[in-house]
Amino acid sequence: MQFSKTLMLGATVAGLLTTGFAVAQEQYIGLPSYRVGAYAAGGTALYGGWIDYMQMLNQRDGGVGGVKLTWEECETEYNNARGVECYERMKNRGPTGNTVFQPLSTGITYSVLDRVAVDKIPLVTMGYGRTDAADGRVFPWVFPLITTYWSQNTAKIKFIGQQEGGMDKLKGKKIVNLYHDSAYGNETIPVLNAQAERYGFTIVHIPVAHPGNEQQSQWLRIRQERPDWVILRGWGVMNPTAIRTAARTGFPREKIVGVWWSGSEEDVIPAGDAAKGYIAAGFNVAGKNFPVVQEIEKHVYAKNLGNMEDKSRVGSVLYNRGVVHGIITVEAIRKAQEKYGTGKSLTPEQVRWGFENLDIDEARLAELGAEGFLPPLKTSCENHEGSGMVKFQQWDGTRWNVITDWIEADQELVRPMIEASAAAYAAEKGITPRDCSKEM
Amino acid sequence: MTFFFEVLIGGLLSGVLYALVALGFVLIFKASGVFNFAQGAMVFFAALTFVGFTEVLPGWTGLAPGSGAVFWLAFALALSSMIVLGIATEKVVLRPLVNQPPITLFMATIGLTFFVEGVAQGIWGTSVRGLDLGIDDEPVMFLMDNFNMLVSKFDVIAAAIALVLFVTLAILFQYTKVGRALRAVADDHQAALSVGIPLKHIWAIVWGVAGFVALIAGLIWGARNGVQFALTFTALKALPVLILGGFTSVPGAIIGGLIIGASEKLAEVYLGPYVGGGIEGWFPYILAMLFLLVRPEGLFGEKHIDRV
Repeated sequence: MQFSKTLMLGATVAGLLTTGFAVAQEQYIGLPSYRVGAYAAGGTALYGGWIDYMQMLNQRDGGVGGVKLTWEECETEYNNARGVECYERMKNRGPTGNTVFQPLSTGITYSVLDRVAVDKIPLVTMGYGRTDAADGRVFPWVFPLITTYWSQNTAKIKFIGQQEGGMDKLKGKKIVNLYHDSAYGNETIPVLNAQAERYGFTIVHIPVAHPGNEQQSQWLRIRQERPDWVILRGWGVMNPTAIRTAARTGFPREKIVGVWWSGSEEDVIPAGDAAKGYIAAGFNVAGKNFPVVQEIEKHVYAKNLGNMEDKSRVGSVLYNRGVVHGIITVEAIRKAQEKYGTGKSLTPEQVRWGFENLDIDEARLAELGAEGFLPPLKTSCENHEGSGMVKFQQWDGTRWNVITDWIEADQELVRPMIEASAAAYAAEKGITPRDCSKEM
Repeated sequence: MTFFFEVLIGGLLSGVLYALVALGFVLIFKASGVFNFAQGAMVFFAALTFVGFTEVLPGWTGLAPGSGAVFWLAFALALSSMIVLGIATEKVVLRPLVNQPPITLFMATIGLTFFVEGVAQGIWGTSVRGLDLGIDDEPVMFLMDNFNMLVSKFDVIAAAIALVLFVTLAILFQYTKVGRALRAVADDHQAALSVGIPLKHIWAIVWGVAGFVALIAGLIWGARNGVQFALTFTALKALPVLILGGFTSVPGAIIGGLIIGASEKLAEVYLGPYVGGGIEGWFPYILAMLFLLVRPEGLFGEKHIDRV
């Protein structure tokens, strides 16, 4: 009796496993999110948008190429040690391991930089992380996709040039770079100095100590300097504080241009009316007037499957940035499926190839319902950035309005700097850069 | 010279706001000898609770959003929440630890910090909110027109509110029965108990008052920078103020705040450019450390002498 029960149970389990194996292929994505603590406001929106996009594909299309997307969150609290712990915990999960690691934190990025090459897991850092990782010959596993801080700064100077009536009009102008006094904040100083020399404007760098909730002295100094423009390279509470203090000192907000980490609703709403007119760069735009966001509302929120507790944040800058993360991750999986076969779970190494061969042109963006939502993107063995374009948005007191088309980076200036920095890194670490002519 | 005074006055006004946060620490330390690590979290909890109520009250009561009635009702509810939090802290966290070493109580307040931060975000969500107190953040026009000096109207009014609070608390401590009991408890818990002062009631009152101070600080700082998690960082500004002014003195908190506020701004402007700038974060701590070498108990702190 006992034997027959065991036999039946075994047969049932075997049957389940067999049928399950046949129909339920999955692609596992570990999400090192942060939903509590100091950076929860950004984390909830960003990871919310990303999860909603994957949920939409599962609901609408049954996943990607017949493979269901599965995910698991691991709370990092934006803490490096916890980020590494999450990386280690998730790297072997799912049928083929963690497809990709995207920590949304420069600190965690640096902490796992060496590990991803050993574990063969792509590390995607969209809008943060090491700029020189855009050189794929030295950093085959790292993808600072769409645009880097250096690219963005050259686009900012182009934007300022456009506003002034031409790049030649920048000569004799003064620009203040108000930056968060950290590795993140310092990163753009060399490229701004190079541009100042090229275009003949004066650049004044003014640091703000973390967390930046007091900026009276910096803005009094700016008042003395009388700049034509201020570039805001802020983070967290530093952004609304800068905007409010600018208003207090009478500096026009429409002459302040922020980085994308200074350009979300979370950065301007606390500043109230003082933020009206403020401009920020972005590699994605805000709003719900995009088919991709509307599809999420139709297939996810209409079925009460949405990830956002506060539905009013759907369509915000950071939510849409999460959707962009979802789109690019899925496009890399799709691309890799074209090479390695659809309908099965891919290894992270195979998906890495997908990230390195992305070609999301205007036509593909239109198919995805994301035309104008993010810039076209084409990566290669050498180029892990893929685009370098940003749009500029202006806050009108209630919403962000796009005020430019995609503005390209000055790659003539940036790319040699990236290659020089990557070469120095390779020399320091004893890395032999890949020969891309031999890569297929 | 105008610029110097601009920086100095701005610094002094900021210093009063640092002192406001420091006051919460002082109140609790005076009465219970506990360094309340959770004071920054209480400021965040108070401001978030206030803003949260202003959002939900119109739906609950039918009152017009942004009306005075919503403001005052939200204020009353947030204050009640802070008093409940204070009393609950006394009952659940501190009372079981009576007569334990100070480090135990300090560790308990670290735990309390994480709890309060988590509860605040759990109840009201993680979104960043703006807070408009109806005070214009613009320069005082008289100073601007006559001296070309930029002094923030918001900071002047906020500092005035803080000063009224300081005076009220000083009167409470000096001239009321509760105040005398507070001072007695601060001097010696056991002696106060032996003459019939109800320690647990006094602690509950002090935590309640600290909650009120946290609410005022949260509203002012929230209106300045937005109601967000970063409000917990205001505690970082209060620490050098406490070291300088002493952990047990209300006037010390004010004087310490003024010194820290003025010196950090002047240092940032005049010293900063020579050392790479961004010194506002650490300069007050260096100043406080140097001060400790000369006067370990702070400007107005009680000198502690142990019999050996």
